[in-house]
Parts: sequence; structure tokens; C-alpha cells
Amino acid sequence: MHPLWQKAKDLNINFNRFFMNHYETVFILNPVLSEDQIKETVKKYEDLLVSKGAEMISKENWGLKKLAYPIQNKKSGFYHLFEFTVDGEVVHELETEFKRDERFMRYLTVSLDKHAIAWAEKRRNRNKKSA
Amino acid sequence: MATLQQQAKGKKDGEIRYLTPLNIETNKTKKYCMFKRSGIKYVDYKDPDFLLKFVNEQGKILPRRLTGTSLKYQRKVAVAVKRARHLALMPYVADLLK
Repeated sequence: MHPLWQKAKDLNINFNRFFMNHYETVFILNPVLSEDQIKETVKKYEDLLVSKGAEMISKENWGLKKLAYPIQNKKSGFYHLFEFTVDGEVVHELETEFKRDERFMRYLTVSLDKHAIAWAEKRRNRNKKSA
Repeated sequence: MATLQQQAKGKKDGEIRYLTPLNIETNKTKKYCMFKRSGIKYVDYKDPDFLLKFVNEQGKILPRRLTGTSLKYQRKVAVAVKRARHLALMPYVADLLK
């Protein structure tokens, strides 16, 4: 391997650690769960993320919301939102966990660009004010 | 027959039709891209009420030629609407959405 390439690669690894990607996950939990079960599930995945080296930026609980169309014959679901920075590979692990978990009805992970990050921050401040 | 004759007569009298441009009322207000005008940089998929503006009654994404959105933001709107649909924030198929 060319020494310069090697150097770039080393740098890249460092860069990844410094500037980890920014992600946002929205997931819908089954409405038949009890409050405690939901808290437990959210906590579990939060801990999972943190243990993989993620930094949680914000958590939002939108509560029980009506769905626009039925999913698994259910008309409502508990919406939750996580915003965090992690290494990209962890997202895959997180999504496979989501897929295996029956309590999850839907999930969506999106990486945020600079405009999205700015918007998320604005939104958070607005929510704080209204709360 | 009488009417035809009258028409022919009318023409002879020098009634010119459609030689001058017709005065059809057209929409004079020009369409504009609301994202560019109001400086919105990111289309949020978590806000279904906002996305409702870019969707017709059946929940279909409206074309650019109707909404006036620029190409750059139309793409973002389309992605946002699709994400919102996945999360059941907006319907895939609907009736009387508005």
C-alpha cells in the first residue's frame, strides 16, 4: 500500500471518530404495550446506542398518535424520536435489532445534513419554549 | 336556412372574428418557489401539516408545474412525503384529504 494512501486511511479513521455522522431515528411502538414496557424498550435501545459509543443529542416522546393507515391492524402507535451521533456501522446493528423486535411496528433512520441539523436544533428550542 | 343566410350576411358586413387576439383572462400572479422565497433549507418529513400543501386530495404529490416549487426543493419535498408515508404520518392512499 502506498504510504500516502495509508496515511489518508489513518487520517480517515481519526476523522470518523471526530466527525461522526448525525442520525435521527423515528420509531413506532405497538400500542398494546403498557407505559412501563414502553419506557423499558426505549431505555433498552438508548443504552444499546450509548454502549456502542453513540452520543444522544435528544429524545422525544410524541405519545400515542393516530396512524394515517392501519399497520398490523392497529390504528395508533407510540411515536418516539432519537437524535444521536454514531459511527455508520452501528446504524445497521440498530436496525437489525429493530427488525427482530416485535414491539416495533415501524422505524426510520435518516442521516442529517447541515441544514437538517440546523432545523433540528431550531425545532428543539421551539419545543422547549412551548413546553 | 334563414340563420345561415343571416350568418353569411353578417360576414359580408365585415364582421372579423379571431383576427385580433382574444381577451382571455389569464392568471397574472406568477408562481414562485416558496422554499426559495421564505428561505427554508430543509423539508421536514415529521411535519405532515406542512407537507399537505404539496399533495392533492388523494394524497398524491403535486407536480412542480402546479405548485411552482423549484426542482431542487421538489426533489426534497418528494422524499419528505415518502418518508412521512412510511411512518404513517401521511396516507399512501386517501380520499378527501383536504
